[in-house]
Amino acid sequence: MSATDIQDPNRRDFLYVATGMAAVVGAGAAAWPFIDQMRPDASTLALASVEVDVSSLTPGTSLVVKWRGKPVVVRNRTEQEMKDGEAVNLAELKDPLARNANLPADAPATDANRTMPGKEAWIVMVQVCTHLGCIPLGQEGEFGGWFCPCHGSTYDTAGRVRGGPAPENMSVPVFQFISDTKIRIG
Amino acid sequence: MFPKSGDRFSDTIMVETTTARRRISRGFGMKTILTSLALLGLVLTGTAAATTGAIAQEEAHSEAEPTHFPIHQPKEMDWSFAGPFGTYDKAQLQRGLKVYKEVCAACHSMKLVAFRTLEDLGYSEAQVKALAAEYTINDGPNDAGEMFDRPGIPSDYFPAPYPNDQAAAAANGGAAPPDMSLLAKARGVTRGFPRFVFDIFTQYAQGGPDYIHSLLTGYDEQPPAGMEIPEGTNYNPYFIAGVSLKMPKPLSDDQVTYDDGSPQTVDQYSRDVSAFLMWAAEPHLEDRKKTGFRVLVFLLLFGALVYLTKRKVWAGVAH
Amino acid sequence: MSEGHSTYTPKTGIGRWVDARMPLPRLVYDSFVAYPVPRNLNYAWTFGGILALMLGAQILTGIVLAMHYAADSSLAFDSVEKIMRDVNSGWLLRYLHSNGASFFFVAVYIHIFRGLYYGSYKAPRELLWILGCIIYLLMMATGFMGYVLPWGQMSFWGATVITGFFSAIPLVGEWIQQLLLGGFAVDNPTLNRFFSLHYLLPFMIAGVVVLHIWALHVVGQSNPTGIEVKSKTDTVAFTPYATIKDAFGMLVFLFVFAYFVFYLPNFLGHPDNYVVADPLKTPAHIVPEWYFLPFYAILRAITFNIGPINSKLGGVLAMFGSIAVLFLVPWLDTSKVRSAVYRPWYKLFFWLFVIDAVLLGWLGSQPAEGSYVFMAQMATLFYFAFFLVVLPVLGLVETPRRLPNSITEAVLEKNKGGGGGHPARATAAAEIKG
Repeated sequence: MSATDIQDPNRRDFLYVATGMAAVVGAGAAAWPFIDQMRPDASTLALASVEVDVSSLTPGTSLVVKWRGKPVVVRNRTEQEMKDGEAVNLAELKDPLARNANLPADAPATDANRTMPGKEAWIVMVQVCTHLGCIPLGQEGEFGGWFCPCHGSTYDTAGRVRGGPAPENMSVPVFQFISDTKIRIG
Repeated sequence: MFPKSGDRFSDTIMVETTTARRRISRGFGMKTILTSLALLGLVLTGTAAATTGAIAQEEAHSEAEPTHFPIHQPKEMDWSFAGPFGTYDKAQLQRGLKVYKEVCAACHSMKLVAFRTLEDLGYSEAQVKALAAEYTINDGPNDAGEMFDRPGIPSDYFPAPYPNDQAAAAANGGAAPPDMSLLAKARGVTRGFPRFVFDIFTQYAQGGPDYIHSLLTGYDEQPPAGMEIPEGTNYNPYFIAGVSLKMPKPLSDDQVTYDDGSPQTVDQYSRDVSAFLMWAAEPHLEDRKKTGFRVLVFLLLFGALVYLTKRKVWAGVAH
Repeated sequence: MSEGHSTYTPKTGIGRWVDARMPLPRLVYDSFVAYPVPRNLNYAWTFGGILALMLGAQILTGIVLAMHYAADSSLAFDSVEKIMRDVNSGWLLRYLHSNGASFFFVAVYIHIFRGLYYGSYKAPRELLWILGCIIYLLMMATGFMGYVLPWGQMSFWGATVITGFFSAIPLVGEWIQQLLLGGFAVDNPTLNRFFSLHYLLPFMIAGVVVLHIWALHVVGQSNPTGIEVKSKTDTVAFTPYATIKDAFGMLVFLFVFAYFVFYLPNFLGHPDNYVVADPLKTPAHIVPEWYFLPFYAILRAITFNIGPINSKLGGVLAMFGSIAVLFLVPWLDTSKVRSAVYRPWYKLFFWLFVIDAVLLGWLGSQPAEGSYVFMAQMATLFYFAFFLVVLPVLGLVETPRRLPNSITEAVLEKNKGGGGGHPARATAAAEIKG
């Protein structure tokens, strides 16, 4: 071909490499919106909160509300259930962390850390099995807490995983008592 | 797939050139026919230009009975969000929101705009929460199956002043006030040739806010003598669909109190609320223009590289 | 190339293994690498590649938009606005898709006019041309149905008017119209089926595009001289020559496209489509998308009865006829010479036709009143005269200019005239390249 090509092969290489790289960068940048659009959108992210009236809950009863598309159980525990929860040796737990969004991430999974200070009778948690997302049945199973019918995971009265394939304790969402009879979740 | 025929470059080409040459002897007299056909085309274009002028004249004649609306074209204003680097003026948007809340919202809904998006206007999360809480939202049903009222939260949308379109129409003389969420994009006066060509280069995309501003400031003009204004309507030469509209003049001087010392005039209110409505209709405008600049710069650079590569590749080949 | 057999030789063991079982790499190599293209193609020929790019982009953006869109008359408008406001990058994807439709048509019109100018439809490329016309028809159907989906005022009334065409058919018209609408007027069933078909048709377009390319690769590209390829020196390999040139054409096109998407995203749309559909209120001026305007002008130009055909049916027939006539172009043009470069009279008429088409487009956007109607009638007359009179007559009476003997000769002649080229080197290089 022309004389310049023979004299300066590097310039040609550089040009081809630069063009190729620009093409890769361009393709990558163009691909991003197509992936980005799948993330939860702004209206979904806008933290919706629900307020629950719990005045009707006597010890030993619970109710379920939908929050962010998932069931959240609110349970007023019996004395016995609380005792059972406190009696557990932390070393026996499969998951030693509290998984409570209102506490630091490394808080240990004591019975108190699964509840709110001063409201230790109350369990508020996302009632979704941490194994593969089924909804466990309440007050069933070996530990008197929850039992997941899908793959047999068992949880104790504080919602901590005690047996079966589930890896983590059921999670406690951000919530607060606005009054003695009202809880705001989210 | 895609089989390639060896003989596809058929032998007809040779014939092609020779027959073409043979035609030279003909085509006399036909030339006149051809010329006249060509002329027809030219005449057509000529009449097109002439008639446009004629139509314009026709319009000028009947001032009291105009047939094309709006009577006046919207005035073109300076907007901070115009042009390739346009951005919203947050203080202006906040003033515009105030005008909307205190004046427009009495009749016009804005149901596609959520309170949470007001953070774009420069408000903090707490301010947005407080702003949302000023509104009462009808929610439900609750456990008893009943609807109930509660204060608004950021994820709510601006509530409508009327429960439904029929109620809105009934309360406003038969015409429901339009929802304002998209008003700045849903209104635009046809620009006509050749202006719409220039608009491509000037990036004119402010037809909506220009229109709204002109309409809001256009109520004070008097109708020409002899013009009939239908009962219960208000003359406005900037209205897009007739000589007058149902909405009476909505703004007057000092009607809304501004905290930042901006003039409290109808003109200023109109500008601010038009800008605010542009934001409401196109909240991602700034993002769009910013991304656009980056994309165009990239395409320019990448294009230059590809062009140089193309020259290099073709360097030895005449074409 | 002209030997007609593949020159693909797999270099690796895996390559040979695949080639013996499913020679897809061979197909790609033969079609897009070694495939010979005329060396004298100008940038008008990059629009084929640009169209493929736009089809791909439209399908891609369309699929992601469908993830958020709700095809229900009570949800459609708001779901589009949700895309514009809440979905991450949603505004970008939606503007890309809506403006992409427009630029798809920009590209297809340039592609069609290029074909008309250089006589690309002439034997042996008639089928290639007809497949192109089918793609164009499918594009129009897809574009029209896509415009209905946002469920704005123009969506609704555009759908009403266009499905109204079918009611012009004598006897069965009303039955057909109701069949298309799934009701007595445009409503939820219409929207649902339009969404379904709008999703389907692009894949049908892609299928016909494969046939279009297949047909192209059988007969080879036409070129600005209109002379067929005669020897190896007339062609260059598709890759890198055509590939890099196409890439540059695409980037220039994308630049203009991006300019509109980011700075004038609503320039080609209509404000009324930001008003939610109202079956009880027609907008003051209904106009279709800009790419249908010339045909819309032809539709409205027929304001008189023609014998037993009333003006409504006449308008619809004229409009469909204006597209149908494209299918006949290969047989209407009687000229033995392909390219307008060597046909001075045809060149003149071609440009008049372009002006006429643009004029029709402008008339389509104006209200159908006063002198606009007469102008539209004259322009329609010229539109049909171009195909039915000029094309057949001109071929018989026109004296073409002298044709070069080969593409190579044409190229060398041009470069001699331009003074910029080096003919000797060029010939040598081209021979090496083959």
